[in-house]
Amino acid sequence: MSATEAPALGLTHGGSEDTGLGSRGPESKSIVVPYGFWLFVLSDIVLFSALFATYATLSHATDGGPTSNQLFDRTLVAIETGALLLSSFVCGLAIIAAKRRNLLWTQIWLFVTGALGVVFLCIELYEFTHMIGEGAGPQRSAFLSAFFTLVGCHGAHVTAGLLWIGTMMAQLWSKRFDPPHMMRRLMCLSIFWHALDIIWVAIFTLVYLIGTL
Amino acid sequence: MSEREYDPLDVAPGEPHDSLLSESLSYIVGLGLALLLTGVSFWVASTESLWGPGVAVGLVVLAIAQMGVHLVFFLHITTGPDNTNNVLALAFGVLIVFLVMIGTIWIMYHLAANMGPMPEMTNLQMQRG
Repeated sequence: MSATEAPALGLTHGGSEDTGLGSRGPESKSIVVPYGFWLFVLSDIVLFSALFATYATLSHATDGGPTSNQLFDRTLVAIETGALLLSSFVCGLAIIAAKRRNLLWTQIWLFVTGALGVVFLCIELYEFTHMIGEGAGPQRSAFLSAFFTLVGCHGAHVTAGLLWIGTMMAQLWSKRFDPPHMMRRLMCLSIFWHALDIIWVAIFTLVYLIGTL
Repeated sequence: MSEREYDPLDVAPGEPHDSLLSESLSYIVGLGLALLLTGVSFWVASTESLWGPGVAVGLVVLAIAQMGVHLVFFLHITTGPDNTNNVLALAFGVLIVFLVMIGTIWIMYHLAANMGPMPEMTNLQMQRG
């Protein structure tokens, strides 16, 4: 195959063998950018692993204060889990619609994704204010400091994700799918949102279920 | 490849899909599996009919299984050649996560066990008060 045939067949992205990047040349931006974002998400998960380790170490350091058994309500956690899982699923539906350049359904699914995220966040905030009102705030014991740091950090990520969803919806509304980076941004958003659900699986298992055994 | 009969529904979750139905179906299967594993987790934690000390281990196994479901059906991690970089990065991330978590829990547990109760600390606080 000559050097001119390969681009015509779609086997290269414009690189040549002199670049040291192999015969295919560098990958296109639609591959490289989500890969870089995947690396960011993985490092974020490593950050969370440190918070999980802290929580696991301090989960019995209650200093005579309320324990996890007295504080956590499994019904609320089940609703939160359902809302976030459905939200993750609907985010996938938004990507399916976006791949087919269907603006209306992309916007509808993104809105449902965000709405379910808001439901999750409201329940979490209700739980936090309820606990702080009972005197079980982060300053009460090492266990509660670790709890609020871990779950609050996840909640902060969900808040950031909600802002991102709102921004994406506004951008889609004004720019539609015309610029090629719109699809890339949507892919990164979906990676972020799905990763938040993976972290929540670890939280509801380790903090809420094992904590109330 | 061309000898095989083409089936629009027989596509792995991460592959490019032509049909709207098959692509949605992979998400629906993922949602169903995740809901099932979540339900089993909550049931395992609530029921009295299982051997108590094993429940926590079972919950951790269920959680790891559900993370696997999310990775395959929602994040589309596959074994395909174009996914090698993603899988390698994931493997490295998992390694670090396990080192940090198991290392911390192991060391801190033994540290706490070897320290025992600290009466002199409580005495200090009593004196100060």
